[in-house]
Amino acid sequence: MRTNIAVLAVGCLAATAALAQKSASQAIEEYRAMLADGNPSELFEAKGEDLWKTARGPKKASLQTCDLGKGPGVVKGAFVELPRYFPDTGRVQDLESRLVTCMERIQGFDAARIASTPFQKDEQKNVTALATWIASESKGMKVNVPQRFPQERIAYQIGKRLFFMHSGPHDFACASCHGEDNKRIRLQDVPNLTKNPGDGIGFAAWPAYRVSNGQMWAMEQRLTDCYRQQRFPYPKFGSDALVALSTYLGVNANGAKSIAPAIKR
Amino acid sequence: MADPMRIRAQAAGGNATVRVLMAHEMETGQRKDASGKIIPAWHITDVTAKLNGKTVLTAEWGPSVSKNPFLQFTIKGAKAGDKVAISWKDNHNDTRTDEATVS
Repeated sequence: MRTNIAVLAVGCLAATAALAQKSASQAIEEYRAMLADGNPSELFEAKGEDLWKTARGPKKASLQTCDLGKGPGVVKGAFVELPRYFPDTGRVQDLESRLVTCMERIQGFDAARIASTPFQKDEQKNVTALATWIASESKGMKVNVPQRFPQERIAYQIGKRLFFMHSGPHDFACASCHGEDNKRIRLQDVPNLTKNPGDGIGFAAWPAYRVSNGQMWAMEQRLTDCYRQQRFPYPKFGSDALVALSTYLGVNANGAKSIAPAIKR
Repeated sequence: MADPMRIRAQAAGGNATVRVLMAHEMETGQRKDASGKIIPAWHITDVTAKLNGKTVLTAEWGPSVSKNPFLQFTIKGAKAGDKVAISWKDNHNDTRTDEATVS
């Protein structure tokens, strides 16, 4: 009888060990791999490509002459080199603010109005779709955010300071969650963004489709949501603060492979 | 006018695997907007797949299917060059049909 119990106990241990072999994060990885096969970001890519080539706006022009940093109309590889300094606007711009500049100058849209439109609405929806397609044209390429101009280096320094700036009712900073290795919030791994987090993590993963709310998010919305979670006031769309933060994250991620548009929980 | 679907159909071992992404809001009719009003249901109700014009799959969908749904299935005996057409109809009687060639 005693031996029987011992055998039973060993059996239980073995079963626990087998279960433990697949950790929660591995199971989530499997689930994500399954989702990635049918990433609805493809729908936004198709829409973005169409928007790029269609004559729209008061001037009835397409964006095919838009300069994203690699010359007018060059899309391939542009995404992984943004944000960058643009002499024609005298500003460091990220992909989304640059797109709005093009929409204003080439197509005649009202840039201020687009900037004040909430995400997921009207022309903002189109900006996100365009960003998704442009990002997809650089899929698999390495992030290579430039630091040639002094303005770009200043943006990096401002971004770094914003990243570590504690404030708000929770005394939070980006660095509170993203300043150390091996952190997670519930089941979500939170990457350390003060250094290169690796291929397809953090900066190299957005724009991304969020399964939980069925929305396509580009980087500006992602960063704005970080500020929401920190209970900060929202930064303005296309503001120097968001661009600076993007520059900081981008330069830190230099060398990481971009998987954007990715899929997220 | 609804946005187009993305259809991929690949032949392997005498069968073809079809993967479809549909662009649709799939509103359940259970959610409320910011002012507390119920957002009316708006979702796909019928899906049909045809191989060279012959129906191979029909499905009735409801509000529990996700936004921008993904559908994957296998067609027995389909080969490269065959035409796969997918159609959906929603509860607003809007329809959309897209076609792809098996590769």
